[in-house]
Amino acid sequence: MAYLVLIGTRKGLFTATSDNRRDWVLKGPHALDPDGYTAVAEIFATACDPATGQILAAADSPHFGPSIWRSDDLAATWHEPDRAPMAFPQDLPYRPLDYSDTAGIDQPESDKTNAVRRVWQLAFTPSGRIWAGVEPTSLWHSDDGGTTFTFNQALWDHPQHTTWASGGAGPAVHTIVTDPEHPDHLTVAMSSGGIYRTTDGGTTWDGVTKGITVDYGPDPEPESGHCIHKVARTADGTWIAQSHGPVWRSTDPAEGWTNVSEGLPSDFGFAVVAHPTEPATAMVWPVSGAMDRFPPDHRIAAWRTTDAGESWQPWGSGLPQAPYFGNVMRDGACTDGAADPGWYFGTRCGDVWAADDSDAAWHLVAAHLPDVLCVRAMETP
Amino acid sequence: MTSIDVKLPAALASECGGARHLALDLDAEATLRDVITAIAQTHPRLARRITDETGNLRRYVNIYIGDDESRRLQGLDTPVTGHDLQILPSIAGG
Repeated sequence: MAYLVLIGTRKGLFTATSDNRRDWVLKGPHALDPDGYTAVAEIFATACDPATGQILAAADSPHFGPSIWRSDDLAATWHEPDRAPMAFPQDLPYRPLDYSDTAGIDQPESDKTNAVRRVWQLAFTPSGRIWAGVEPTSLWHSDDGGTTFTFNQALWDHPQHTTWASGGAGPAVHTIVTDPEHPDHLTVAMSSGGIYRTTDGGTTWDGVTKGITVDYGPDPEPESGHCIHKVARTADGTWIAQSHGPVWRSTDPAEGWTNVSEGLPSDFGFAVVAHPTEPATAMVWPVSGAMDRFPPDHRIAAWRTTDAGESWQPWGSGLPQAPYFGNVMRDGACTDGAADPGWYFGTRCGDVWAADDSDAAWHLVAAHLPDVLCVRAMETP
Repeated sequence: MTSIDVKLPAALASECGGARHLALDLDAEATLRDVITAIAQTHPRLARRITDETGNLRRYVNIYIGDDESRRLQGLDTPVTGHDLQILPSIAGG
């Protein structure tokens, strides 16, 4: 079996391949466009579909804007749609979604439009549909392999949208959790905004953040407006959410969430990754706190639960024992989806590691890359 | 009709098959908006690099109409007849 890791960084997309999850061959930064400007563009979202081998990457150039590229040959060549893959309806009223918009600070009138600023999340489904989470806070889907995307008006119009705002990441849908057994079920998260779920393919949406408390607003348990960093569903259907502190668990998000941070060195962090087959099993990468955004004790570590957050243990040998200051961002970790999966994470120091249960040891995939923004992996033929 | 020469930066030349100049025939009353519309018809990806999907000029892309940057004139409504155009992105970053 071979494995492919996609590494989106502050400057371009890198790939790494291996036959054993131990020895890796690194390539990149890949020039997705013929002029090569994407080799230094931010890659906040990438996705791969092990069923087809298709890869998507969203590059975000401050000069030439965002776009989406597709590769059908494992990152050897890339294709970009001629037309903008996403465009908000022209008659959609402008919605200010961050403070500079609201205050009118440094905001030319011509910029007050609903233009796509960044693609934060791309997710394949078994049906071939691709979902995309976008800034400004919106959800889109494509049924033609990423050439054109359709805007989800129902989520945009959700009555709670007045409580959505711009967190540090920008106002965006940054998390999409699909359900292979229920194609019409979809869960999305935003920061800030909350967690929303549809069971009818995106026609209607319910906020599902009951029980999640906050310490950054006047209401400790608001109905919406939460800063959710990442949400994952484990193999038995239990949900784990990393908020702007703490970590939460739910067996049914509609019924509520329980704080399961006890046992972790910190309840703050960004990434959550679920084991694809083992029930109640997931990993998080704690960060000291909202005002101390380094790994606890300046030691990078992954923490794993096998009982849906009842207990947590540091997992995996092989990580640096010297002081380390690179965090794992919200999409900086993943598995490769195998039944006996490889786990992967990358840091803001540009290091990427891989591990599996055979020796429970982290092996370096790549070092000294640009700031890692997202990591995705799959088995390849 | 008027003929407009649009000079392209190297960073966008491949969207025009490597050419650094684009010749456009437009109405005598053409504005910069008409130039971009014409580019979008023949070179849609080039147009997307210059403007966002709502039609606004991207923040770090400058278009000179003669010697003047378009934002200092009438923006996209600036008449272009009699002038050559140059697209100059403000490429920066460390």
